[in-house]
Amino acid sequence: MKCRGLVSLLLLCAALGWVLVYSLWSIAFNPVGGSLPEQVSKAMADSGVDHPITAVLLNFRSYDTLLEIGVLVIAAIAGISMARLPSLEDPAFRTHDALLDALQRWFVPLMWLVAGYLVWAGAHQPGGAFQAGAVLAATGVLMRLGGMPMGFLQPGYLLRAGLILGFAVFLLVALVTAVVGDAFLAYPAGTAKYLILLIELFLTLSIAMVLLSLFVAAPVNDAPESQEGHQ
Amino acid sequence: MTPDLFYAFTGLVLFITGLFGIIALQHLLRKLLAFNLMGSGTFLMLVGLAQHRNGTDPVVQALVLTGIVVAIAATALALVLIRRYYHLAGRVSLERDATDEGRP
Amino acid sequence: MMAWLMAGLLFTPLAWAALSLLADFRAGWRLAWFGMALQATVAVLLWLAIAQEGGFYYPLGGWSAPLGIELRVDGLAVTFILMTATVATACGLHAGFYLDPDKPWQRYFWPLFWFLWAGLNGVWLGADLFNLYVGLELISLSAVGLVALGGAADALRASLRYLLAALVGSLFYLLGVALVYGQFGTLSLGGVAQLAGEHTGLPGAGLALALMLAGLALKTALFPLHGWLPPAHGIAPSPVSALLSALVLKASFYIAARLWLELGEPQGSYGVAQLMGGLGALAVLWGSWLACLQPRLKQVVAYSSVAQIGYLFLLFPLTWQVSEQVSQQAQQGMTLQVISHALAKAAMFLAAGNLILSTGSSRVADLAGVGRFLPFSLFSFGLAGVSLMSLPPSGGFAAKWLLLQASLASGQWWWALVLVAGGLLSAAYVFRIYRASFQEASGQDDFHHPPRRLEAIPMALALLSLGLGLAGDQVLSVMGLPFEEGS
Repeated sequence: MKCRGLVSLLLLCAALGWVLVYSLWSIAFNPVGGSLPEQVSKAMADSGVDHPITAVLLNFRSYDTLLEIGVLVIAAIAGISMARLPSLEDPAFRTHDALLDALQRWFVPLMWLVAGYLVWAGAHQPGGAFQAGAVLAATGVLMRLGGMPMGFLQPGYLLRAGLILGFAVFLLVALVTAVVGDAFLAYPAGTAKYLILLIELFLTLSIAMVLLSLFVAAPVNDAPESQEGHQ
Repeated sequence: MTPDLFYAFTGLVLFITGLFGIIALQHLLRKLLAFNLMGSGTFLMLVGLAQHRNGTDPVVQALVLTGIVVAIAATALALVLIRRYYHLAGRVSLERDATDEGRP
Repeated sequence: MMAWLMAGLLFTPLAWAALSLLADFRAGWRLAWFGMALQATVAVLLWLAIAQEGGFYYPLGGWSAPLGIELRVDGLAVTFILMTATVATACGLHAGFYLDPDKPWQRYFWPLFWFLWAGLNGVWLGADLFNLYVGLELISLSAVGLVALGGAADALRASLRYLLAALVGSLFYLLGVALVYGQFGTLSLGGVAQLAGEHTGLPGAGLALALMLAGLALKTALFPLHGWLPPAHGIAPSPVSALLSALVLKASFYIAARLWLELGEPQGSYGVAQLMGGLGALAVLWGSWLACLQPRLKQVVAYSSVAQIGYLFLLFPLTWQVSEQVSQQAQQGMTLQVISHALAKAAMFLAAGNLILSTGSSRVADLAGVGRFLPFSLFSFGLAGVSLMSLPPSGGFAAKWLLLQASLASGQWWWALVLVAGGLLSAAYVFRIYRASFQEASGQDDFHHPPRRLEAIPMALALLSLGLGLAGDQVLSVMGLPFEEGS
């Protein structure tokens, strides 16, 4: 029975695959409509940055990015809501290995440097807030695995403020541009470059915080709470 | 066939493989990996098809970056939920077994 | 004026999400009063403004489509924004009284609540296919977070099922978006609709539409993809269940409906239209039947959602290649069904929460005798039931009457049978709850009285859902406003 179910699932997937192959083929050789990249390159001069992907992410389609950061923050909120320990960082993990400590003393500042470079590079070549945030978060993971104490990893004020900081700055920029300018997120002429840099810097911090807190959010205690009506 | 189109077809294979996995596999981590496979397949198709059409296309590359971040958020949340579920229920799949009878 | 309204509408929920993350549950609740008042005011003002001046496109970032993301602010969107403001405010108020503020994780309720609201507003206004994807994920993840809040094993199991279903649904939708972009080279729904009208019979675009509809059907819990819904909606705290059933399900349906109305005519087919309608019909029958069998109160209400969602999918056959008048009727019926179900189902879940609070048990059988003690919440439950059973003068009746007319006028009489059978079956499960409550129990009179405030909120929602039938014309006049392209 189980085997028959698997076989029919396999057949269904294969059928869907063939239909997709057919439609990919027909789409690839019969496209209609205009070309979006041409419009992007025409508008690049007004975007405030030199790198087209950064321009799309933080100017042309900045609303997507705002909501995307919202999604990240939601995941972090849901993650830290699961943690019952007063500290997300379990003291039992702290070790004092001389070799690890020495290595980290070399690595951590280097990784900070890389993260800073990635933000700065985002304006004109591949890079940007998410990549830099990921490197920062990786630094945090390394520090945690290496047993360095990180006092800010408590589900307290500091952690929550850090999670929301980048999002809040982005949102404030959006509000200010809506009130003094034309529309939500429409940067006034000439300010786009600085506003984008400001947003990217704070986003880097918050993205690193989100990823790190999701990494450390799993410890649990053993007292499950009763749901409503389950007494 | 251009290389871009080749990417699109590779993405298709990944998507279908992931779809099969997410339905057929029981272990939650495997399901999550299958979801990530589906996601990568979708992103490959998105970029491959668009670049086959437009040449280098910053719009879809930005879309895929956004999509990756969303997928990371979802994956991380799912991992936290799975780990806690494993801790509390001692189980790695959503299947019900005999001990669940009478419970909601 | 309009610029301020739009900024307020987009900014408030996101800003309140950020602010209430810094506060604890009680402070978050005080903040929420202010935010809900603000959001409701903005929604009403925007609705009035659109009713007078008609809809418009709002280019975010000052970049118009296809380069930037545009919001389509039209009659239907503001009607749904107003509905969201009403239902979410009611659920928020109820949650403030209902949830235990001393549990450490409840402080995370408010940020998730506000993110959910922001996502809903984003979806009602969305006119960009990829932006709609991000909006959907915003909604799904915050909904999953709300279900999982507290983190008991059963809630985790339900939320994991919910999360996996929602993610797969989103990926199918995104795959459809990828194909659409490959075919038409744009992401703006208006642009795609225009190109699709000019170039009919593209097999790839037809499949893209089918993929998106399949993904959205999974997220809307259309039969037979509804397996994830009852556990998630049944196990969440009542205000959360109310939000999920009343609003979250409608978001993915709304996108499917928008896609169908824009792209269905050129790229759809008779088979797809009838298939969606048929699955909806099966959902009505199967969901109602299962609702009659559930041992737990909230599972009854959850399966009733599966059934009521089914009616919405009758939109697909009733708008495909029919006269303009029939199509309008079907769309109006769909709109009224969405709103009346949102109000009635929120009322029902909140009332069910009160009943569970007073009996201390979630089983239908344990309701025995509660009829003598708690007539008020039970009365709200029944009034909401009247709308679900579609008795006049409720909103549910007006909606199904329009759908009935549309199905007869388009010669598709078989849907009329579904409408009648669904009404009878929903009467069966509502009366089942009533029968259980008025049964005299032996020795069971240990009931708590929930505070009056908790009882007033579902009552208000149930009355609104009843009154919707009388005010239907007013609501529909704004929803059907012609939308001028390029204004």
